[in-house]
This record gives sequence, C-alpha cells and structure tokens, in this order.
Amino acid sequence: MTDMPDTTLTSHPSIDVPLEVDTDDAVDYYTPGAPISDTKAPDGPIDQRWSTRKFEARLVNPANRRKLSVIIVGTGLAGASAAATLGEAGYVVKSFCYQDSPRRAHSIAAQGGINAAKNYKEDGDSVHRLFYDTVKGGDYRSRESNVYRLAEVSTNIIDQCVAQGVPFAREYGGLLDNRSFGGVQVSRTFYARGQTGQQLLIGAYQALERQVHAGTVETFTRHEMLEVIVVDDGAGQSRARGIIARDMVTGEIQTHLADVVVLASGGYGNVFYLSTNAMGCNVTAAWRAHRKGAYMANPCYTQIHPTCIPVSGAHQSKLTLMSESLRNDGRIWVPKNKADCAKDPREIPEADRDYYLERIYPSFGNLVPRDIASRAAKYQCDDGRGVGPEVDGVRRGVYLDFADAIGRLGQEAVEEKYGNLFDMYARITGENPYEVPMRIYPAVHYVMGGLWVDYDLQSSIPGLFVTGEANFSDHGANRLGASALMQGLADGYFVLPHTIRDYLADGPFEKVEETHPAVVAARESVEKRIEHFLTVGGTRSVDSYHRELGHIMWEYCGMERTEDGLKKAIEEIRSLKDEFNRNLKVLGSADSLNQSLEKAGRVADFFELGELMCIDALNRRESCGGHFRAESQTDDGEALRHDDQYAYAAAWEFGGEGEKPILHKEDLVYTAIEMKQRSYK
Amino acid sequence: MKLTLKIWRQPDAATAGSMHTYDVDDVSGDMSFLEMLDVLNEQLNAKGEEPIAFDSDCREGICGMCGLMINGEAHGPVTTTTCQLHMRSFSDGDTITIEPWRSTAFPVVKDLVVDRGAFDRIIQQGGYISVNTGSAPEAHSVQVPKEAADRAFDVATCIGCGACVAACPNGSASLFMGAKITHLGELPQGQAERDSRVVNMVAQHDHEGFGGCTNIGECTAACPKEIPLDVISQLNRDLRTAIKHGH
Amino acid sequence: MLSVAIQNSGTTLVKGARATQSTIFLKILMAASGTIFIGFVLVHMYGNLRAFWGHDAYDAYAEGLRTFGTPDLPYGGLLWIIRAVLVISLVVHVYCAATLWRRAKRARTIQYQVKKHTGAIFASRLMRWGGVTLLVFIVWHLLEFTVGKINVAGGATNDPYNLVVDSFNTWWLTLIYLVAMAMLGAHLHHGIWSATQTLGLTGSERSRTLAKRSAFVLAVVIAGGFSLVPIFVLAGVITK
Ligand SMILES: Cc1cc2nc3c(=O)[nH]c(=O)nc-3n(C[C@H](O)[C@H](O)[C@H](O)COP(=O)(O)OP(=O)(O)OC[C@H]3O[C@@H](n4cnc5c(N)ncnc54)[C@H](O)[C@@H]3O)c2cc1C
Ligand code: HEM
Ligand code: HEM
Ligand code: SF4
Ligand code: F3S
Ligand code: FES
Repeated sequence: MTDMPDTTLTSHPSIDVPLEVDTDDAVDYYTPGAPISDTKAPDGPIDQRWSTRKFEARLVNPANRRKLSVIIVGTGLAGASAAATLGEAGYVVKSFCYQDSPRRAHSIAAQGGINAAKNYKEDGDSVHRLFYDTVKGGDYRSRESNVYRLAEVSTNIIDQCVAQGVPFAREYGGLLDNRSFGGVQVSRTFYARGQTGQQLLIGAYQALERQVHAGTVETFTRHEMLEVIVVDDGAGQSRARGIIARDMVTGEIQTHLADVVVLASGGYGNVFYLSTNAMGCNVTAAWRAHRKGAYMANPCYTQIHPTCIPVSGAHQSKLTLMSESLRNDGRIWVPKNKADCAKDPREIPEADRDYYLERIYPSFGNLVPRDIASRAAKYQCDDGRGVGPEVDGVRRGVYLDFADAIGRLGQEAVEEKYGNLFDMYARITGENPYEVPMRIYPAVHYVMGGLWVDYDLQSSIPGLFVTGEANFSDHGANRLGASALMQGLADGYFVLPHTIRDYLADGPFEKVEETHPAVVAARESVEKRIEHFLTVGGTRSVDSYHRELGHIMWEYCGMERTEDGLKKAIEEIRSLKDEFNRNLKVLGSADSLNQSLEKAGRVADFFELGELMCIDALNRRESCGGHFRAESQTDDGEALRHDDQYAYAAAWEFGGEGEKPILHKEDLVYTAIEMKQRSYK
Repeated sequence: MKLTLKIWRQPDAATAGSMHTYDVDDVSGDMSFLEMLDVLNEQLNAKGEEPIAFDSDCREGICGMCGLMINGEAHGPVTTTTCQLHMRSFSDGDTITIEPWRSTAFPVVKDLVVDRGAFDRIIQQGGYISVNTGSAPEAHSVQVPKEAADRAFDVATCIGCGACVAACPNGSASLFMGAKITHLGELPQGQAERDSRVVNMVAQHDHEGFGGCTNIGECTAACPKEIPLDVISQLNRDLRTAIKHGH
Repeated sequence: MLSVAIQNSGTTLVKGARATQSTIFLKILMAASGTIFIGFVLVHMYGNLRAFWGHDAYDAYAEGLRTFGTPDLPYGGLLWIIRAVLVISLVVHVYCAATLWRRAKRARTIQYQVKKHTGAIFASRLMRWGGVTLLVFIVWHLLEFTVGKINVAGGATNDPYNLVVDSFNTWWLTLIYLVAMAMLGAHLHHGIWSATQTLGLTGSERSRTLAKRSAFVLAVVIAGGFSLVPIFVLAGVITK
C-alpha cells in the first residue's frame, strides 16, 4: 500500500559541526552517572552474534523447568508470545493483564502490518536490508546488535504465525501477499487486511490459552501490577522476585512470587492523555520497576502519527488512527487566508489553498515521513490556518482531500481502495469524505523509549526482563511502520525464551516468604498509595488532571521541543502534581471494582514519567527521529542530529523521592553500518 | 442535547441491582456513547456520587472490551461497537435505557461490567492450532487457496465482545464459537484437531451455562463485526462429522 | 435418557467431552424428528386433499394405507410402523425441545427491561409455545379422528370421510383447526430453515437464502393445503 519513497541519504557535512560546547540545557535537572555498556552482546561479525549468544546461553534441563516460575506482566504480542513459549518449554508461568481477557491487549489495534525479511517478492530484500532500514529509520539511535537480531528472527515469526492459523492476506496462487509500507522500497510487510495486530494477537492469545489448558500457564485477568518485588538473594545480589498485584474486581492486594519477572506492559503514550493508545495503557508497571532500580532509556522518543482524526471537542477521550496509506492519494492543504478557515472547504478556490507539503517538499510532497508531515501540520495550525472545530480556541486540523483522486480514478476505485477507512471516518465525524475533504491531525502513537535492557532483554535489575514496546531496545529515535509488531513477537517467541534460560540456569533461587521484609514493604507501599488516593478528599477528578497533564506534554514535549518550553513544562508538571496530591477526588472503595482508583494510580505515575521525559528531551539538544529540538535544525528547518555528542542511549536511574534522576550514557557503536544524515528536499 | 438515562447499577456480583435515572445535558453529536457516559461520570463525581462502572479500552472498535445493551439492542442501534456508536444517532430529549449483557455465563461484576471469562475457557478447550514455537515449517510450504484464506479472515475478525450472547434470546454463544470453528476449520493447518476442537469447545460452552442455539438470528444482527450465520451451520456440521467419527 | 450438562460452574474446564452429550446433538435430534414430521404432514395433507375427489376416493386412501404391503405386512402394518416412528419422533422432539427450553431459561435469569428483536422473524420466537399448541392440537386431533372418534355433530364415526365433513361443518371446530394450521405454518416456517441450519446445510449466503425461501414456501403450502378441506367443508363445497 504505502509507497512512500525511500529516504535519500547523503553524507551530510553538517553532522560534524560541533555545538557550542557546554550547552547542557538539563544540567540543573539531573546528576551525571557512570557510563554503561551492554555487556551481553557478543563481539564478532554482526550476523553471528545472535547464534553465538544462543549457543552460549546456558540450558535448563526439562525436569528443572517445572521448578522454575516466571511472572509475565502483559498479554500483548510481547507478553502472550513469551508466556506461550515458556509454557511450552515447561516453566511454571503466571500471566497478568488489566483487561478482562488476554486477547484485548492493545496490540490488537495495530492495523498496517508486520515486517519480515522473507524476500518472497525477490525484490532485493534481505536480513541485512531490513536491519539497515531499521537502523536508518531509527536515525542511528538504536543498538545495531539488537536490530540485526530482530531482522534475523523476523522470518521465523511469519512461519510461526502461519502455522498457528493467522489468516494473512494471500494471492490467488495461495501464497502469502506482501506490501511495501512506511517508506521502504521493498515489499516485506505481511498483513491481514487492516487488522494485522488483531490477527497476530489472536494467534498468540490462542497459543497462550492452549498452555492454560495444558496447565503450564495460569492467567490473571483484571489484575493490575502495582509494584515489583526486589529481594537481596543473600549473596549481595538483588533480584526481581515477584510482583504485587491488585485484583481489580475484589480489590484484593496479592503477592505473587517467582524466580523471574518479565514486563511486557506496552507503551506509555497515554501520558499525553489524547493518543491512539487504549484507555488503559499505562506506565505503571515500568515506572514502578524504574523506581526500584530499573533504568528508563530515552523516554522522550515519541512517535507522532500524522493521519489521525482530529479532536472534536473537550470531551474527547482518545484519538483514532487512520492508515497512512491515505497519503498516497489524498492531498493535504490548508486555506491560505485565515479568514477562510471556517468556510466550507468546497467553496475555497484552488488559488486560495496552500498545499504546503507539496510546496515545501516538492520531491516527496504528501509522502514525507511521519515526523515531517506531523510537524508541518502543527506549524500551519499554530499559524492560525488550521481547519475544523475550534477546541480551546485553536482549530487543529488540516484537509486531506480526495477530490483529485476521485476525479482521476473515479469514486469507485477510491472506494475500493479506502472504503473502510472512509466509512470509519464518516462514522466518527458524521461527515462524508467523498464529498467534503477529510480533516486530519497528528497524534501520539508509539513510544520508542522504555526500560533499558541489555542484549538479553534484561533490565538493570537482575531477574527483571522487559519485552515489546515497554523496552527501549530496537527502534532508536524512530520506528519504521510495521516494525513494532515484529519486535513484540521476536522478543516473545524467539529472543526471550533463549536469553531467560541463561538467567534461570542459576535457579531455582532461594525461596522467598511472603513475610520477607522486602515483600512486606512492597505490599505496604501499595496499600498506602491506594489509601492515599481514596483519602485526599479534594474536589477534582482524576481525568481532569490527566487531561491537563496531557495538554502540557503535548504543548511542550510533543512534536517540537524547545529549551524554554521544556523548562516551563517541568515547572507546570511539578505544580500540577502537587495539586493532584492535595486536591484529588476519588470516590468508592478499595475493595471493589473502582475505575477512578485505577486511573489515579496510573496518572500519578504519568506525572513522574512526564517530568523525566521533559528532562530527557531537554538534555538531548539535537533533533533525531521523532525528537525535534527547535534549537537543532538546519537553515531550512530540517532536523539536525549531533552524532558527536548524542550518539548514545540515555538511561535514567531513579535518584530517589524528590531527588534528581541520574543519567547513564550508553554509547552507540556502529560497526556494520555507516551513520548518515537524512534529507527529504 | 439533553438526555434521560436509565442505567442499571449494581455494587457487586453478590448484591442485587436496580435501574437508576440520570439526566445529562450538553451532549454533542460528535461524542461517542462512552464519552457521553464519561461526561455523566464527571458530573456524578462532582456531586459526590460514585461514577458508573463500564468497560472499554481501545475505543476504536477492535478490542471487544466495551459492550452495553442500549435501548434493547446490543451495542445500540448501529452495527458497530458501543465505543464507536456516536451520539448523533440519538435526538434531544431521548430516554435511553442502558443495561449490562444479561447472561448467566457472564455474571455482572459491577454496574455495567460483566465477566466474560467463559469465552476464554471455550478457547482453552481447543480454539487453537497446536504448534509449539520454533516447530513451524516454512510459511510457503503450505498453500492456502485465497477464498479459504479470505473466509478464514472474515470470521477471524470476531472481537469476543459477547454481543451475540447478549442479543440471543437463548443466551447462546454459538456465533462466537462458530466463528472460531470456521476460522480454524477453513485452513489446512486446522484440520488435524478439527473433530476434537468442536466437541470440546461445545462441551465447555454448554458447561458454562450458555443456551442452545435455535437459529433465531438475533446474534448476527447484533454482531459489530457482522459474523454471518453460516458459521453456526459450519459449527453444527463439524459436530455432526465428529459424531460420525465416533467422538 | 440424554443428559446434557446444565450448569454454570464457573472456572472449571470440561474433561472427556462427548459430542452426543451436547446441545447441538439435541438440536440434531430435533431436526431429524422434525424432518420426519414434515414428511408425514406432506403425505397426510395429500390424503386429506383427496376429499375433493369425493367420499370414495378419500376412504379408499385411508383403506389403502392399511392394506399397503399386504400380504407381506399384516393389515394395518404400515400404519403401525408409521405410528411407532411418529410416536418415537414426537417423544424425542418434545424431550429435546423441553431440555433446550429449560437451558435457555437458565442461561438468562434476569430479563432485559427493554429488548428489541432485531434480525429475528416472529415465527422463531413462537417455536416453543407454538410447539405446545401443536402438541395439544395433536392430542385433540387424535382423540377426534383416530383414538376416540368423536363426532361433534353426533353422526357416525366409522366412516372417515363423513366424520371429516361432519366435523368441519361445525364452525368453531373449523376455527380451531385454522388456528392450529396457522401455528403449524409458523412452526414450519422457522423450523424447516432451522433444521437445514442445524444439519449444517447452509454454508453460504446463497444456500441460506434458499433454505429460508423454501421454508416459507413449504410452510405456506402445508398450512394452506391442510386448511382447504375444513374451509371448503364449512363453505358447503365438500359435502357428504
Ligand atoms: C493504533 C495503533 C496502530 C498500530 N499499528 C502498527 C502497525 O501497523 N505495525 C506495527 O508494527 N505496529 C503498530 N503499532 C504499534 C504496536 O501495535 C505496539 O507497539 C505493540 O503492539 C505493543 O505490543 P506489546 O505487547 O509491547 O504491548 P501491548 O499490546 O500494549 O500490551 C500491554 C499488555 O500489558 C498489560 N499491562 C500493562 N500495564 C499493566 C499493569 N500495570 N498490570 C498488569 N498488566 C498490565 C496490558 O493488560 C496488556 O496485556 C500500532 C499501535 C497503535 C496504537
Ligand atoms: C408434529 C408437528 C411438528 C413438526 C412438523 C415439527 C417440526 C419441527 C422442526 C422441523 C423443527 C426444526 C428443528 C431444528 O431447529 O433443527 C422444530 C423445532 C422445534 N419444535 Fe417442532 N415440530 C412439531 C411438533 C412440535 C411439538 C409438538 C413441539 C412441542 C413442544 C415442538 C417444539 C419445537 C421446538 C421447541 C423446536 C425448536 C425451535 C427451533 O428449532 O427454532 N414441535 N420442529
Ligand atoms: C385439516 C387438517 C386435518 C384433517 C382433516 C385431518 C384428518 C385426519 C383423519 C381423518 C385422520 C384419521 C385417518 C385414519 O384413521 O385413517 C387423521 C389422523 C391423524 N392426523 Fe390428521 N388431519 C388434519 C391435520 C393434521 C395435522 C396438522 C397433523 C399433525 C401435525 C395431523 C396428524 C395426524 C395424526 C398423527 C394422525 C394419526 C395417524 C394414525 O396413526 O392413524 N393431522 N387426520
Ligand atoms: S461473534 Fe460478533 S457479537 Fe459475538 S463475540 Fe464475536 S464479534 Fe462479538
Ligand atoms: S440469536 Fe441465538 S438462537 Fe442461535 S442463531 Fe443466534 S445464537
Ligand atoms: S473499547 Fe475496544 S471495542 Fe469498544
């Protein structure tokens, strides 16, 4: 579908232009820490590292696996696939999710597809090319060993899913169909109409339920993890040994202990309140782990998707993504004159329309990458030329016009191609996109940042592994379309099961009692928090705080970030958080289903995360991938990277309550690929 | 718009519930049905009344978490999920009755929230293809005719929302079950376990307390994904074949 | 006889399931017995319509039923076979209907305050009470024509044709029959479609439409065909 042109790569001389040396915008906000490195990735040729690691990872004999227990938080692609695979291997697995069924994890919403280097089209694709595209797409801010491994196992994913009965699109001959997606020139995206995430997740969910039947996996639905239990193992090593979870139906606070804990809890885009994420997506699992010692890496890297349905009013609870493929035939414009913004678009003559993408980027036009398209739309709206309803005094929307396409191809052909998207648009907005141009606006869609993990997907807390969107590992500063699904399943089916056994080979670890002081403390802190939310006795609802926090994040830590804005955001977040702690109103009780209480815990964590995101963004005075610092652009407004200073992953350690976070830098070393600056002009 | 809402409220599974009447104003046609309830909940919270519990997650019609009986129709008057129903389908002054799914197999958890764990247990009984990770053959080693693949996809789009059960006068989950049976039965990979799958899933279905299907067809009319009735035909045929094979 | 697990025992998983203990198996039995009924009513309707040929044709048909197959079968042999099959079918049909009815009741113990029936034809919701009506009708009908031989007009009961004519000359009896035939029509309208679906014969949109149409046509033909004789007797067209 999307035939977005490839990024033209030029070795850009400005890369090496040094910054004024001591501009550290964030200097007052963090404490420098020791640099770190990922010690688990083997050296040697890039295409042999994963085989080496798999071979070196110690084995666990099948009889011992029954004695080893694993907790997996999350049942999305990353969590369900891991639970199924570890269950098959014979470990004792407990799987948690906050929804009423594992099948509802937000992976279900992914539309476009999943990449794999199958090269079924014989169009020059290969593991190496997928690797290359992914590193380049991530603007050289990801780890090459991880990305190579991802590309390597991508082909197994498709085999596995097909065997499970995932109904991928097929050609008439009965073979799998592919399309090209998200700005690459090869067809490597496997899809199941516009519901790829759903079909992949159902496959993983079924594999998981099969293990439930086999007795190796136990599922805990409507259970929310609220704390990780970290216990000293006696030999001076602290290890993650379990979680505290709340049964969301009865309110019971439960202790679950195990030999190892896996977080597959998804992304935290909801910190922006309005996003394409599900209502329940949260950072709690990851944030609680962060507070217990797990580093949070690159939290400011956020992907903003240009083609979402705009906000229609203050009541809005979420935003809906529409496939990017619409940009193949739709033309994006805004009125040239502010006075025209409230007019019926059909009455605005051609001469008064500004097809700004075609104007600014003549060679790529409407098909510029996501971040550029998003930012351009923001500029038009900030400039007062947005269209659609005014929300908080601003019209946030630009036209995506199919009049030309309908004229050129006929309504039927357009319907054939985009019918279901048009229907969805019509249902949500009540407008007929065949007659009136669609309105679109960017929305937060995916976070590349997440808990820091090593090559084994282990966080900085031993025994705490992190998979899927919850970790930071594979996408760098930007993610290619159709690569998140690939990563989730790669982690869960093919990576974690190998790396976790090396850790478990040392187990079973000494039994931890529920009376252990660390367990008791974890439990009590959860109970205290809940008690706190219910007894603040203020006047404002959780949602109102969340909405306000989201507004701050979107304004200052959204598509474009500036030093002043970020500093202002940090101040505003701090004072809002303070008010939240004094003036929150949560009704109901702790011992039954209480959705306001659930939200309160999540929003409290979003406050802390939001602040760290701003600090991270402040620290990174360069523009890369989804992160755009206004201070770092070329003369003609393009993103400018500074590889000399920022070719590292920023891993933040929790500094303590009310203390500054500690920054550990992990240098990114490229041996198999050369760093280049992108250009779309 | 100004609306009168009659809503089922029930503190928990063990306590009896009843209908309550609320007024909401300032409802705009652009709101989704659930956003309208959000607005009501904000008002209740401000008044010191506990907000109404209802399920939702994706709010884009794909996760299957939401589901309300709206004026006697599962997911309301439009063929879509509750979260994708918009208030422009209603008019100023309307009275809307909102109830939870009613089914013995879906006990009410609180207010409008029900427990659909029975669906997971039906899937546990065979709603899968047994293949361990890593043991899969090359994806192109088996060709699947496009028609079969398309049909499998069409019915695999079931989101497990439970509207079929809610709408069925017999409280049967046959449409849900038939969708899974048909999805896996259409594919070559799904053949090996075809007989045991249907027998075990149907046994669990009956065990959970769902009713038997008498082919009334209200389920398919309520289904937001328009799963067709022929999946129930397929379900029945597969069971008959299993009997023939001595299961 | 058959035991279908009826319980909502929460989180347990069933072990050792048998296909023949499922609700669907009950439905298959209903469809099978229903199909036998359809065959019977078709033949019976044909027999009835011979009343238009007059007294002798009608009685000859009744006699023919009894002498069919003699001397291999004893006099009335076929009839007894038919009767046995019918009685067994009826028992099975009613038993399954009752079991499924009970299940459905338990599957939803709290009713909706408001419920619309979108997508259902009226006949489908009439099946159970319609079935009960048919059962009552059959009992009465057998008492009247076969077992008890009641002649409401007080005439002779040993001549089938005359019995029929006498009966339907009584307006209220005709009315009862017409109501019963409406019920039968409704039962068949949904029942025939339902049986094809239960037997898994409706795997596509096309076959589904076909099944629904034929169900409607057959229902109208059968209910209409049966109604002709009573109406024409009452109207004085068919006389002794
Ligand atoms: C609208 C949309 C479209 C997308 N389209 C594409 C696409 O086309 N291609 C692509 O590659 N990617 C796409 N993505 C991105 C991709 O879908 C996600 O990044 C990916 O599915 C994340 O999977 P996951 O398993 O990491 O997390 P999720 O699927 O989000 O799962 C998170 C799990 O964690 C559980 N959980 C979270 N917190 C807790 C807690 N505290 N306690 C207990 N359980 C918890 C949840 O219940 C859930 O089970 C899309 C994303 C969105 C939002
Ligand atoms: C003697 C005349 C009867 C005929 C011709 C007949 C025919 C049928 C048929 C063909 C079906 C469809 C089976 C299926 O769904 O697969 C059916 C269903 C049913 N019948 Fe009868 N039946 C008769 C009598 C009765 C009686 C006496 C009852 C009384 C209790 C009854 C109750 C039902 C019920 C409850 C159903 C199931 C409803 C459904 O399938 O929708 N029937 N019948
Ligand atoms: C107007 C309609 C009908 C008329 C005039 C009619 C007439 C008769 C007569 C005259 C007999 C006795 C036949 C004999 O003893 O040889 C008979 C028997 C019978 N009829 Fe009907 N009938 C009608 C409708 C029906 C219907 C709708 C049903 C079933 C649903 C039915 C079921 C039977 C049965 C089961 C017998 C007994 C057959 C036997 O065992 O001898 N009839 N009917
Ligand atoms: S069949 Fe339709 S109504 Fe039933 S659970 Fe699936 S999607 Fe919902
Ligand atoms: S409404 Fe119910 S009776 Fe069967 S056809 Fe649908 S499950
Ligand atoms: S909330 Fe996900 S389908 Fe409605």
